[in-house]
Amino acid sequence: MSTTAVERPVPRGATESRRRRVVGLGVLAAVLVIAAAASLAVGARALTPAEVWHGLFAGPESDQRLTEIRLIVQTVRVPRTVLAVVAGIALGVGGALIQGYTRNPIADTGLLGVNAGASFAVVTVVAVFGFSNPFQYVWFGFLGAAVSGVVVFGLASIGRGAGNPLTLALAGQGITVFLAAMTTAVSLSDTQSLNALRFWNAGSVAGVEFDVIWPVTAFIAVGLVLALATLPALNLLNLGEDVARGLGVNIAVSRTVGILAITLLAGAATAACGPIAFLGLMVAHVARYLTGPDYRWLVPYAGLLGAVVLLVCDIVGRLVVRPGELEAGVVVALLGAPFFAVLVWRGKFKSA
Amino acid sequence: MSETDVKPALTPGVRLGPLSFVWRPWLVLVTLVLAAATFLVFCLSISVGDFPIGLSRVMATLVGRGEQVDEFVIMDLRMPRALAGLVVGIALGVSGAITQSVARNPLASPDILGITGGASAVAVFSVTVSGGTAAAVIDSIGLSAAALAGGLCTGLLVYFLAWRRGVDGFRLILIGISVSAVTQAITTWLLVSADIRDVARAQAWLVGSLENRSWDQVWVAFWCSLGLLVVVAAAAFQFKPLHLGDDIAAGLGVRFGRVRAVLLLCAVLLAAVAVSSAGPVPFVALVAPQVAMRLTRRPTPPLIASGLFGALLLIGADLTARAVLPNNLPVGVVTAAIGGPFLVYLLVRANLKNPK
Repeated sequence: MSTTAVERPVPRGATESRRRRVVGLGVLAAVLVIAAAASLAVGARALTPAEVWHGLFAGPESDQRLTEIRLIVQTVRVPRTVLAVVAGIALGVGGALIQGYTRNPIADTGLLGVNAGASFAVVTVVAVFGFSNPFQYVWFGFLGAAVSGVVVFGLASIGRGAGNPLTLALAGQGITVFLAAMTTAVSLSDTQSLNALRFWNAGSVAGVEFDVIWPVTAFIAVGLVLALATLPALNLLNLGEDVARGLGVNIAVSRTVGILAITLLAGAATAACGPIAFLGLMVAHVARYLTGPDYRWLVPYAGLLGAVVLLVCDIVGRLVVRPGELEAGVVVALLGAPFFAVLVWRGKFKSA
Repeated sequence: MSETDVKPALTPGVRLGPLSFVWRPWLVLVTLVLAAATFLVFCLSISVGDFPIGLSRVMATLVGRGEQVDEFVIMDLRMPRALAGLVVGIALGVSGAITQSVARNPLASPDILGITGGASAVAVFSVTVSGGTAAAVIDSIGLSAAALAGGLCTGLLVYFLAWRRGVDGFRLILIGISVSAVTQAITTWLLVSADIRDVARAQAWLVGSLENRSWDQVWVAFWCSLGLLVVVAAAAFQFKPLHLGDDIAAGLGVRFGRVRAVLLLCAVLLAAVAVSSAGPVPFVALVAPQVAMRLTRRPTPPLIASGLFGALLLIGADLTARAVLPNNLPVGVVTAAIGGPFLVYLLVRANLKNPK
């Protein structure tokens, strides 16, 4: 039978299921560490564990070969590994939260308009200023994501229905639609921004340096703290607004904080990697299948799953079309979607 | 307690032989207004161009009493484009209304059923890749037909993958999202690895356009849509209880499995017809039902009004692109630029009015 963890009668008491969840979380964290180690070792030039270790911790060397390895590890492999972990966590947590706050099981992190806002900002600055380097437009991407997230939430909060999940989802679609049209209009009239757009749209964790990654990580960290803070309220909100209000939840405040968290998480991740579609949606469902509907468990699971999936997909992307690379965002869809479809087909998911 | 059982019906019903329906003046009024507006925009679309023709002369030509010059410009040059807009708009609107009703999810649009994604991937492939057997096959059957075939194959794939002792709306959507994600990834990859000039052409196709329609293409789309709409209308009489959920619908005696399968298949085919005639014009299918629902104040997307609003939006956008905007932008850009904000406006207005 295809029942989720919570619908099952609890057979061995709550402690048992709690222990199982803690173990699951530990397993996921271990898998993440292994994947991160693999991400350091795998690539155009495969490295042995000893070489990776040396590359990470040794100082300058006279040996040409070791210096080269150190350079590869420290300037290429470490940044993209860190970014994949950080962005994966952000998108996973964001995906779980947005499905919770909109109470829509097909909502994803792009829904608040953050992807569309980031894309629009990127093509516009490329068309206007002629930027050619991703470092130059990352910040505009984040700005665009943040602005459109705020606009969507603002529009959905006007009037008495403030932050009604349905209004939020539809307003997000409306704004996304509009910005996507503007993006197309700009990119069709400017070859350079069309060129930037197609690479940006693919979604990749490669080629980003630490001077971009640290600030992005800071935004994501703030988003994570806010996200964790709202989880108990989110649990109650999913019992229905009246129940939640009766139990003392300030609905407007908890929604605002939640949406702010999603905007920070998805906006920062998208600015750094481009829109990575489907990741958040997929891991949120898988996490719900593993943990049941309690968001205090679901969200950490989704975050770790997101990081693992993005890391693994990035590694696979480096291996399959050598000497070239397949962008992580493309691999996420190509690998993740069939896997997800099998789970759906076997009846693993219930609508939220 | 038992008083509730004998409550009189709130709205009077009308019975015509075997058919019965509820008389809803507001719904009828809005639908009529939408029809009139669509017709007006349709005529305007024909009248505007390098050689402007007054509305009265358009009308005269339409009823067959026009001058010869008008006759040529209208019937040979402008009519196919306007008619294509009408057909595609209605097809997308109705398809969206069905998808959203069956899925009971306002974010569901036929795009999710895989047609758009499959058609786009095939079209981009044929634009960006030359040489090889696949490219040769596509060249020989033409871009539109190839895209249609790609869209239908993907649509059917989604449908079969979602089939497991019947089709469940939620499973269908999740499978559809997965399959669409794959086709999207393939499209992205093709775009990333292609030459930038081909990318521009592919991008133009991906936006959707009504340029250069011929009568042949329009007639195919017209008859296909008409046939499908007849089937939809027949099935729609059993449609209403579907919104209430499977159990209630079954309790009311609707054979929901079959009705839903027929309706979904029609939605897939209508979307495929639309995509093959105009490219993947975005958002009409998503926006039209939501707007029609709010204009008619119904709790679920009304089929006729959704179709009419889809047509109104598409022809209006095409008209705007030709008459007002510079650069001859494709219609898809304008539908999105108009449809998105209009949806947001309706939402905000509804929020300001109804305390909830």
